[in-house]
Amino acid sequence: MTSEGPASEIADMEPDELLEPDPATAGSPTPTDSRANAPGGASAAATDQGAVQAKPAVNVRLEQLRAFYGEAEQVKGIDLDFRANEVTAIIGPSGCGKSTMVRCINRMHEEIPGARAEGRVLLDDLDVYDPSVDVVAVRRAIGMVFQKPNPFPTMSVFDNVAAGLRLTSRGRGDLHPKVEAALRSAGLWDEVADRLTEPGAGLSGGQQQRLCIARSLAVDPEVILMDEPCSALDPIATLRIEELVDQLKTRVTIVIVTHNMQQAARVADRTAFMLDGELIEVGPTEEMFTKPTDPRTEEYVTGKFG
Amino acid sequence: MSAGRLAPYGLTPARKRRDRTARGAILAGTLVALIPLLAIVYYLLEKGLGSLSWSFFTTDPTGNTFFKAASIGGIQSAIIGTIEIVALASAISIPIGIGVAVWLVEYGRNSWFANTVRFFVDVMTGVPSIIFGLFIYIALIIGTGSSYAGYKGSLALSLLMLPIVIRSVEVILLLVPAALRESALALGAPRWRVIFSIVLPTALPGIVTGVLLAIARAAGETAPLLFTAGATLKTNTNLSQFMNSLPVQIYNDVTSPTTAVVDRAWAAALTLVLMILVLNLIARLAARRSRIA
Repeated sequence: MTSEGPASEIADMEPDELLEPDPATAGSPTPTDSRANAPGGASAAATDQGAVQAKPAVNVRLEQLRAFYGEAEQVKGIDLDFRANEVTAIIGPSGCGKSTMVRCINRMHEEIPGARAEGRVLLDDLDVYDPSVDVVAVRRAIGMVFQKPNPFPTMSVFDNVAAGLRLTSRGRGDLHPKVEAALRSAGLWDEVADRLTEPGAGLSGGQQQRLCIARSLAVDPEVILMDEPCSALDPIATLRIEELVDQLKTRVTIVIVTHNMQQAARVADRTAFMLDGELIEVGPTEEMFTKPTDPRTEEYVTGKFG
Repeated sequence: MSAGRLAPYGLTPARKRRDRTARGAILAGTLVALIPLLAIVYYLLEKGLGSLSWSFFTTDPTGNTFFKAASIGGIQSAIIGTIEIVALASAISIPIGIGVAVWLVEYGRNSWFANTVRFFVDVMTGVPSIIFGLFIYIALIIGTGSSYAGYKGSLALSLLMLPIVIRSVEVILLLVPAALRESALALGAPRWRVIFSIVLPTALPGIVTGVLLAIARAAGETAPLLFTAGATLKTNTNLSQFMNSLPVQIYNDVTSPTTAVVDRAWAAALTLVLMILVLNLIARLAARRSRIA
């Protein structure tokens, strides 16, 4: 518990980067609005920062997030920022609550019977747990890729990618351009262009996972949560996904839970280390691996436990 | 046989004997279970096949049961009655049954109310079929002072089918991986869409099997129809009147002292089995075609 203080201070102690969005935010009452209007925005600050910087620097913020399975507290009060257009990796030993924490962000946690979450998850400045918020809308804005590739077994490659659009009633008209764009973004188009009508489950494991990424990209989310997306894949398929993550961060904010510290080191701009449901430390990935502040982080990243 | 170098790792003769005995016992059990199945098929074909003819399917029973074979008529009214009664019963019980199963799996889960529903469904599964007939008889025939009607038989059969559909579909829906629901929900799909577009299509082949089981069970029931749909000779397509059906026809024919009429019962039984077989094949083909993987 005592470590929480210093850890969250570190999280807040990148002053120059954190201050950046403030002029933009101050320019209009709500950051959400300012971003929506950014391309033609009235705010000089926003236009100066260019397209990428138009997003508020902090895209998702957790405030005292706690998650429970029945009475068992699995996530014990986490404060953490996920910055726009950055890849944040969550590392930590099995059972430390990293998946649970990530599943709280798009409110998938509550799908498990008996599970509930407390605290706030802010998407820009909107609390996704606010009673007025529609959970379906939250999940449209915050996509998710799961550990095991899980294309819909009854659907073709094309239908899998289109599924998100159809399931959210945005599937009218010709979906082909959107499906192709999503498959290209997921780096899968060249491999499946001539097998769009074949079952999605017939692809290789790595292709299936990229298909799942394409499926979540097709609905155009702002944030993508990846829960150990490579743990069921071989090293080459893993490499493809990691390259993809790197390309995608210009478009979306990415949170990636990983067991694999090398993976965190390769893909993440920032890394957060969790232990027993608590956030121990968060910082730029390189610092986390070279000079972590907390001794437990050091022990973990150097392989002394976990 | 493990010889020489591997001998110490091989099975002892006693162990091998036990293995052979156990396998033999299982095989024997399977064969014993097959005997009545094969015997039923054999007797149906042996006794029923001879009476099958075009006119058997296209004429009504005449009721002339004490005269020569040519005049006893066929089973057209029973075939049409069974098809109509079972179709209506299916139309009632299948949507409701699937709906209840979906509610139990997707919404009710392990709530107090869901478990209560499950308990009553289980109790209903064990209720003897004649009780459903009695219930409809008391409620819709004695209760309203009206007469037998095909649709009343359908209602009795639908009560019988309902728990079978609910239980079998529930089991199948539970088999749909939770990961599929999760990934659809994570795409921002509303729950009802996840159910209609992902869960039900994935479970379709299993649902078809469960539903067919219920239909087959209902199509062969005599007791719920005896005092709800009644029995009649003439072909009648109006569900609000007396209606003949294959099981009731068989029930009436098989007690006849006339050989030709008993033969008609066998042929009607064979017809019923063939109808269910054909339905099975059609449904399986349809389910396979609708499924990509």
